[in-house]
This record gives sequence, C-alpha cells and structure tokens, in this order.
Amino acid sequence: MKDFFRVALLVVRKDLMVEARSLEVLSTTLFFALTVVLVFAFGLVREGRPVDDVAAAILWIATAFSGTLALGRTFERERQADTLRALMLAPADRPAIYAGKLAGMLLLMSLVEAVLVPLVGLLFQAPIFDYPLHLAVLLLAGTTGFAAVGTLFAAMLVRARSRDVMLPILLYPITVPVMIAGVRGTAAIFQSTPDEPLARFWIALLVFFDVVFVTLALWTFEPVMTE
Amino acid sequence: MSKLNQLELALAGVMLGVSPWIIDGAPYEVTMGLVQKIFYYHMPAAWLFLIAAGVSGVASAMFLFGRKRWADGWALAAAELAVVFGIITLVTGPLWARKAWGIWWVWDARLTSSLILWMIFVAYLLLRKYGGPGSDKLGAGMALFGLANVPFIFVSVNVWRTLHPQTSVVPTLPVQMGGPLWFCFFAFLLLFLALLGMRARLEQQRARIEYLYLAEDEA
Repeated sequence: MKDFFRVALLVVRKDLMVEARSLEVLSTTLFFALTVVLVFAFGLVREGRPVDDVAAAILWIATAFSGTLALGRTFERERQADTLRALMLAPADRPAIYAGKLAGMLLLMSLVEAVLVPLVGLLFQAPIFDYPLHLAVLLLAGTTGFAAVGTLFAAMLVRARSRDVMLPILLYPITVPVMIAGVRGTAAIFQSTPDEPLARFWIALLVFFDVVFVTLALWTFEPVMTE
Repeated sequence: MSKLNQLELALAGVMLGVSPWIIDGAPYEVTMGLVQKIFYYHMPAAWLFLIAAGVSGVASAMFLFGRKRWADGWALAAAELAVVFGIITLVTGPLWARKAWGIWWVWDARLTSSLILWMIFVAYLLLRKYGGPGSDKLGAGMALFGLANVPFIFVSVNVWRTLHPQTSVVPTLPVQMGGPLWFCFFAFLLLFLALLGMRARLEQQRARIEYLYLAEDEA
C-alpha cells in the first residue's frame, strides 16, 4: 500500500515537472477553455443578457471539452518518445501508475476550472459565491469521474489508430451521468431560488459514480495495458 | 452454420412470418387502439437490446479478466446485435409515442438511457472497426464501462418526469395480449440466438486465421 502511493506520487511529480518546464498542455487547454466560453457567449447572450440557466451548462461543457483536449495532449506526449511503454516496463504496480496519471490530470483540470469558474460567473452573471463549498465539491467530484474514465481511455488509445477521434466518441457517452449531475447540480445552486437539497443529491450521485468508476478503472488498467 | 443455428433461424422465420396474424388476433387496447399493436415488436426488441448489451458486457469481462480469447467473438457479436435491436427499439418507440403521447420523443429516463446505451455500443463498434490492432481489449473495456454506466444513466435521467409505462404492467396483461407478446418475444429470441451464434463463430474463425497468419510470418 505504501508502495502504491509512492509510485503514484512519483508519476505525478514526473508529469508536473514535464508540464512545468513546457507549460504546453496547461496553456493550450486554458486558452481553449476560454475560447469555448467565448463562443457560447456569442451564441447565448442576447441584448447583453444571458439566456436563463445557461451558466452551469457552459461551465461543464467547457470543462469536458478542455479536459478531452488535455487528456489527448498528455498521452500524445507519452506516445511520441514511447515513454508510456517505458513507464509500463517499470517494476511498479500498474494501478499505481494509473492513479498517478489520474491525479496529475485532476490537478491540471482543477487549474483550468479555477480560471473557468470566475470567468463564467463574470460573463453569465452566475452567483458563484452563494454556495462556494457546494460548487467546489460538485466540480471536484464531477472532474474526478470525468478524468477517471478519460485517463483510462486515453491510456488505452495510445496504441490505437485514429485515437484523436476515438477519445471523445468513447468518453462522452460514458460520462453522460457526470454531465447531467454536474450541470443539474450546478444549476440548482445558480438558479434564483437555490435548491440546496437537490445539489446534495447530485453530489451524492457523483461521489457514487466516482467510487464505482475509479475502482473499475484501477481494476481494468492492468489487463488493457498488457500487450 | 451449425445445425442448431439452422433450426433456430428456420423457427424464427416461421414464427415472425405468422406473427402479424397472431398480433391481429389480440384485442384492441382501450385508449390507444390499433397503434398499440406496435408494442408486440417494440418490447421484445427492447428486451433483446438489453440482453445483448448484458451478454456483450459479461463476455468482455471474461475476455479481459479471464483471458478467454473465444469470449471476444461473443462480445463483438452481442454488441452488433445490441445495435440492431437498439435500432428496432428506437424506431418503433417514437412511432408509437407520436400516436400515443402526441410527440416523437421525450427526455424520460427509459428513452434517454436506451439512446445512450445504444450510442455506447455504436462507439464500441466504431472502435472495433477503426481502432486498429489491440482494439479488442479497448473494446472490452468500453463494453464493461458501458454496462456499469447503465444504472447511473437511469438514475440521473430519472429526475425528469417519466411518461413511459412501467415494465410491471407485463404480468398484469390479459392472456389475450400476453400470449402474442411472449410469442413475439420467443420469435425474436430465436433470431437473436441464431445470429449471435453465427456471428460469434465467424469472428472466432477470423481471429484464428489472423493468429495463423501471424504464426506463419514468425516461422
């Protein structure tokens, strides 16, 4: 168990160090997320006022789109120099490698969300400070579910043909519950009369989803990554 | 084609051939009238869609964790059938809904989860077709995740009010309606079993030829 966390931490440290030196994934993903929000703003803000209830949807769509981009880029980097194979050859538990990759992805996506949330609050007049804790937990639980499935699929797809197209095709149908729960939960705390119990229900669903899919991914990572 | 598959196929053909007369003999439903008859095809197809999805998920798990190569053929065959029966369900459903509810589509739990489950299996087939080498394992992971996802989709979509009748109506159906329903179900089931067996065998043989080619290349 101690080894598991040590390996996971080492993988996170490696990924963060590579990222800190190039800033490639973070900067491109962040800019892409801003572009997505802006495109939605052009479509959904009329006469200076946003259409009702769109802030939550835009926040989550931007998160999912930029998350897909980040997943693709992160694993593309591992593919180019065949470093993923080197990582797999290391005498370490495969699930620990997956956990490290997932943690790195979560950190990256959290940084993007830290910019996205204020931006959506600003452009779509969303009350982001009314229930800050609920919003943070919703985002954390939702991102965990999305990244848990995404990290496994992106890792599997490293060796596949047409992987750029395949990632969203496989990832979005599976993460539908995350999107529904995230959007509805966030909308519940953004609406003019916030519905706190409803937000709690969605948080519970997201946490349950996370538990099931992280477990399943840890379990599946070993056999799917064996050549 | 094995003897069993031939028998299943012949029987399914005869049963589906006479099914219009059987369905015609069933009584009219009080409020919906003639349009309710689509139910005798819609529901068996929907059940087999779910059964096929289940078979594909279980076979994928056996392939992935039990390292049983033959299970992959079953997983692929069942996934293809899930897409086929899913199409039948998703086409007959809106046809019925248009007449019964006045609209083609509602975002209710059952409809939405069926659509998403169907999309998961279409994605699976796309991956198998265009994913290149190693896509059998990736596909198995996808099918497994897809199956684990069903309860979550169902619960998450369930917040919207549901229009769809509950499955608990089935045991309460009068015999004149239940009979034709089960008749159609068994006709579809035989068709399903025949297609599943044939397709799985084809896939297993294809995989074996590929394996033999590779073995010869190495020799």
